[in-house]
Amino acid sequence: MKKRDIIFICVILAVALLSLVAVILTRQTGVGVVVKIDGKEAGKYPLNVNATYELNGGTNTLIIEDGVAFLVDADCPDKLCVRQGKISKKGQTITCLPNKLTVSVCGEDKGDVDIIS
Amino acid sequence: MKPKKLALLGISIMLSMILSYIESQIPAFVAVPGVKVGFPNIVTVFVLYTLGPKDACIVNIIRVFATGLLFGNPISITYSLCGAVLSLVGMIALKATNWFSIVSVSVVGGVLHNVGQILIAVIITETQQLVYYLPVLFISGTIAGIVIGIAAGIIVKKLKHIIL
Repeated sequence: MKKRDIIFICVILAVALLSLVAVILTRQTGVGVVVKIDGKEAGKYPLNVNATYELNGGTNTLIIEDGVAFLVDADCPDKLCVRQGKISKKGQTITCLPNKLTVSVCGEDKGDVDIIS
Repeated sequence: MKPKKLALLGISIMLSMILSYIESQIPAFVAVPGVKVGFPNIVTVFVLYTLGPKDACIVNIIRVFATGLLFGNPISITYSLCGAVLSLVGMIALKATNWFSIVSVSVVGGVLHNVGQILIAVIITETQQLVYYLPVLFISGTIAGIVIGIAAGIIVKKLKHIIL
């Protein structure tokens, strides 16, 4: 039983590491961020414009600076979202689960010319 | 239900809740939501290997509700419940095959708990990108599962004759 377990666990870790490497290698820089609250899109902001945004009536504060986005403040108890750091690549997300809020980097959307201007 | 069984289930649930509370006091090392050690899983795995799958489900699910009602909110109950259900299904299935030891079962339990929580988070927040957290959670779930599994294995060996 013991040897089989070690193999099993190594396989799981290998799958995890491979997928992590795959994600990191295929990352593309994003164009903007989409803020979703409770599943619904609440805002879209370009990454090339330095600005500060109050999200969700002020529960979370988003800063976009030098092409990266991050939350600088939040009213949630654990502030995990603030600690999640800066995002700038497509697929990266900052999540504030207590406020059901997500900030995700998006690419160019054919129908959203206004985000780039 | 026999009084002895009822008492054992009660104690298990209570122990599970205390472990859950202790765990919530540990500040998160990683900024990814859902990264936990999984102390309450020691109890779940223990019950699974001594009293059986049905009782493991009873203990784990009641613990999720009780902890959620006392310390959390309906949202956190939803997240925990999804993780717990997926975790239980995986652990019971793997244990039934008898191919792996308690450590692997615990690892599967830990990983699936995280997977379940991310899946429901993806659904609730409608953000598919959350799945990018999965690799990190796989690794943390595996490490936690190994530790929990070893601990549970020792406890099962020592206490098995008392329970049965």
